[in-house]
Amino acid sequence: MNFDVVPSSWYLILSALLFSLGVIGFLIKRSLITVFMSIELMLNAVNLSFVTFAHEWHAVKGQIFVFFVMMVAAAEAAVGLAIIISIFRARATLNVDQIDLMKL
Amino acid sequence: MHLVLFLIFAAFCLAGAINLLLQTHPINSALSLIVVMSSLAVLYLLLGAEFLAAAQIIVYAGAVMVLFTFVVMLLNVGEEEKTHGSQVAKVIGFPAVVVILGVISTIVLEAQKHLGGVSLSDGVTTTQDLSRVLFHELLLPFELTSVLILIAILGAVALARKEGHS
Repeated sequence: MNFDVVPSSWYLILSALLFSLGVIGFLIKRSLITVFMSIELMLNAVNLSFVTFAHEWHAVKGQIFVFFVMMVAAAEAAVGLAIIISIFRARATLNVDQIDLMKL
Repeated sequence: MHLVLFLIFAAFCLAGAINLLLQTHPINSALSLIVVMSSLAVLYLLLGAEFLAAAQIIVYAGAVMVLFTFVVMLLNVGEEEKTHGSQVAKVIGFPAVVVILGVISTIVLEAQKHLGGVSLSDGVTTTQDLSRVLFHELLLPFELTSVLILIAILGAVALARKEGHS
């Protein structure tokens, strides 16, 4: 076996595994902030797919797409965490089972 | 060499992601997510994306995760309470995850012979190549993201501000 070449498909399967773990985290975690972290994990998993395909087809635009995803994810994290802070202020809990109303 | 590096950092990624699910305290989950993101940066480097590897470390493992740990500490979030959760998530969610993973793996393994391999001698996409495309062909989307980030800053400040300080 050649130790210098890794099939692209392994990267894609790793990406699929990370995405599935993110979805499972989204479903089983009960703390709002960990649910949010699971979403970040899914975004990262998709980014890995993008970079793998960019390498596969020598397409620079695939990497630029990842760059845009990163920028949007940073903006999303800032707004999301601000929402988490205001939810915590209003309810004093971060348990997703107790946050079931849009407003108090 | 490449195979060894790939296996080590893929294992780190998966271990970090599984640890994120198993930990009950959010700060431990945040730290395992940092492990996942840093290992992903190494995988990007193996794929020849040197600029993205640096951006991954700076933006994700740095800025975003610092924000997360800040919020966890600021709110003094304790251990996560074990509640039963939603039945719909159990009945529909988990089979759906298995189906998605199965479908993606089948397609990827089916297409494996059409896909090439990744090796360290493939060369890197330099920041120069990346910026040439970004600033020549994709200038408008790039400028639009700056507007998006400005709106996000305003939104974050407006949401996190205490009431009655207008």
